Amino acid sequence: MRLIVYALLLGALWLLWSGIYKPIIISFGAASIGLVLLITHRMNTVDEDKVPIELSPIKFLGYLIWLLVEIAKSNIAVTKTILSPTMPIRQNLFEVPYTQRTDLGQVIFANSITLTPGTVSVETETGHFLVHAVSYSAADMDALANMDARVSATELAGSS
Amino acid sequence: MSNLDAVLQILSWSLIISGSFFVVVGAIGMLRFPDFWARLHAASVTESGGVILLLAGMCIQAGFTLITVKLMIIGLFLFITGPTSTHAVANAALVSGLRPKSLSTHPNSNGLEDDKR
Repeated sequence: MRLIVYALLLGALWLLWSGIYKPIIISFGAASIGLVLLITHRMNTVDEDKVPIELSPIKFLGYLIWLLVEIAKSNIAVTKTILSPTMPIRQNLFEVPYTQRTDLGQVIFANSITLTPGTVSVETETGHFLVHAVSYSAADMDALANMDARVSATELAGSS
Repeated sequence: MSNLDAVLQILSWSLIISGSFFVVVGAIGMLRFPDFWARLHAASVTESGGVILLLAGMCIQAGFTLITVKLMIIGLFLFITGPTSTHAVANAALVSGLRPKSLSTHPNSNGLEDDKR
């Protein structure tokens, strides 16, 4: 059952990406899908490691839209810093606590910090990230805490 | 129809031109900023703002075709791999002992001198 779903998904991806519907190309696709399924099936018998996605899709979509707006805002801020004659740089390395329960949530938070220009997540320690900012201000902490709360809100409630 | 076409052309070219602007700004920042840590942020302007706007502009140019699907998938992958590689570079710099030239002395700032190399 699982195999059939995988095969259909991979087939749809192949057709979408190749866009050439000649018999020889499609048979290449079918052969590679078969190979991939064989390899993943064998790997799955070795380790049963699964990564559950505990996210609410609708909330995550809303978060992505919010994140795009944040990226736009911080892009403009960093562009101003770069182009201003005095270049007001106030570098700072500081700790940002995270509240995400799942690994995936923590990855999304850390990647969101890096994705918005002006802040980069440098190191993960238990309970907090080490973040580097190029033009640091006290408002940065609040903005990051806000982002942290929004990422946590996309996680599904439950025990892990 | 040609009216809608003109609107789409204007929209897509303004996206592409502003995306190019952010790419150039990122390059200028790379040259102007004083040290590695600041340059990291200049690069992320190119990587986020430039890439998103350029891809959006190209998607409108391509219209409802397979090329748009491919462009969106390129964008998706860059969205995941870009920050990950930036983090890898920054983490490598931290582990090898590189510190920013000027750390501001904010009360919240981490006491990096005492517990880390």
